[in-house]
Amino acid sequence: MDILETLKTLWNDSGFHSFFVDGGWKNLIMIVISCVLLYLGIKKQFEPLLLVGIAFGCLLVNLSYFTPASADALYHLDLWDNFLDHDHPDYHSYGAILRNGGLLDILYIGVKAGVYPSLIFMGIGAMTDFGPLISNPKSLLLGAAAQMGVFLAFFGAVCLGFDGNAAASIGIIGGADGPTAIFLTSKLKPELLGPIAIAAYSYMALIPMIQPPIMRLLTTEKERKVKMEQTRVVSKTEKIIFPIIVALFVILLLPSTAPLIGCLMLGNLWRECGVTERLSDTVQNGLMNIVTVFLGISVGATTVASRFLSLETIKIILLGLTAFCFSTIGGLLVGKLMYKLTGGKINPLIGSAGVSAVPMAARVAQTEGQKANPSNFLLMHAMGPNVAGVIGSAIAAGFLLAVFK
Amino acid sequence: MFDSVMTMSAEVAEETTKAASDISIADAAVTAVFGYTVVFVGILILMIVIYIVGAYFKSKDAKAKQNAVDTAKTAAPAAAPEAAKPVAPGSAGHIKLFDVPDKEAAMIMAIVADKMQKPLNELHFISIKEVK
Repeated sequence: MDILETLKTLWNDSGFHSFFVDGGWKNLIMIVISCVLLYLGIKKQFEPLLLVGIAFGCLLVNLSYFTPASADALYHLDLWDNFLDHDHPDYHSYGAILRNGGLLDILYIGVKAGVYPSLIFMGIGAMTDFGPLISNPKSLLLGAAAQMGVFLAFFGAVCLGFDGNAAASIGIIGGADGPTAIFLTSKLKPELLGPIAIAAYSYMALIPMIQPPIMRLLTTEKERKVKMEQTRVVSKTEKIIFPIIVALFVILLLPSTAPLIGCLMLGNLWRECGVTERLSDTVQNGLMNIVTVFLGISVGATTVASRFLSLETIKIILLGLTAFCFSTIGGLLVGKLMYKLTGGKINPLIGSAGVSAVPMAARVAQTEGQKANPSNFLLMHAMGPNVAGVIGSAIAAGFLLAVFK
Repeated sequence: MFDSVMTMSAEVAEETTKAASDISIADAAVTAVFGYTVVFVGILILMIVIYIVGAYFKSKDAKAKQNAVDTAKTAAPAAAPEAAKPVAPGSAGHIKLFDVPDKEAAMIMAIVADKMQKPLNELHFISIKEVK
């Protein structure tokens, strides 16, 4: 045995050696970025349930994937490029992924097939009380208005040179809905999944910092002080009928929303119908946690250094922030309009909750309302637009999917 | 014939996809405005349907309440109206509790008073309802 030769082979096979060849230094930067994301998730508690998984997925993929990919890599970018290449024999072949892929490739199939985001939506549906929305259907308009950022960011992305599919995927960050962003991007522009998912979840976590200055800028002290009347009590039957009606109308209007809206409403029906507590409980807890594990780590796996570290990523991060801000502005402007039309009965702050980050955006509206008037309790009123935002962003995603798929 | 139609439609589909992907700024503006409108229209339709369903259930509730009142009147026409409960000294009036036990109501009122940093006797609670 030639010890020197063996040592040389071991060194050449090691990741340490790979840092010094073929742009391997980029992996080193990604490892640092993943550590920063881990810090933000663990120490600052920015959406920790997903961000910790995404950050660790990012760490794993950049420790194991160097160009060219070795057989030991956990994720193979080239396999997924072949999967999307019309002219390649492995085009749309999950078999090829299963045969040749690593652990993260196999987990990523759930993202690519749109399974994880839909299952997450099922869990969100099972956890959401649509009562505030049913008792005040006007709040649906605020959920629609808050999709303004989606379409403005889409337009901005096209102006910055992105193609339609990429622009649509970037725009949906403004929906402030992680699963919807992942669902749409995995269908339209899977190459951008990493930066888009990270931008979406980071901004969702930063809502308490992003929204309040905009809220204060666009509303007057008098508007923020408005105390809203208590809404009516919604009957159980209405709550049971609601998911069926939403599924019927929205899916018939935009069939491409079926996976998201269908799962959201099924989860909610399990919650409300009163005869499927076991299923509702499983979807809310066990299933949601399992899918979160798979989703986080497999989205993190897409942050391969050679693709992630580019000017495009910086543009996506900036456009995502723009989308978030304009979504908040859209909700607030329609909130102000409602304030005028109702003679000051609606507090425009609840418009900002139209971005769908549930329940963070509603909490921010409550906090800001209470700062202006300590006896103000806007939380339940803000929950209406907040859950309407989930439906609104799913419709926006369905529209973009229908246009660009 | 069928094959050629299929080929043509495949070509058209491919062209459409290409056109949609390589979108011009003017097309993007139109798509953005149209998309935002579609979201509003979808939500508006949903809102109308929810209003209709809500109105039906509200009228049903009102009828049920009216029936209950009528039945009560028929069953006990001579019953004297319940005398109003006396208000405790220093109290701002009665509070309506919906599915909230007295102890929890007292605790909530104390928390609110503490958060607002105002004495409890300066606050007037109208109702407390459990949100399910």
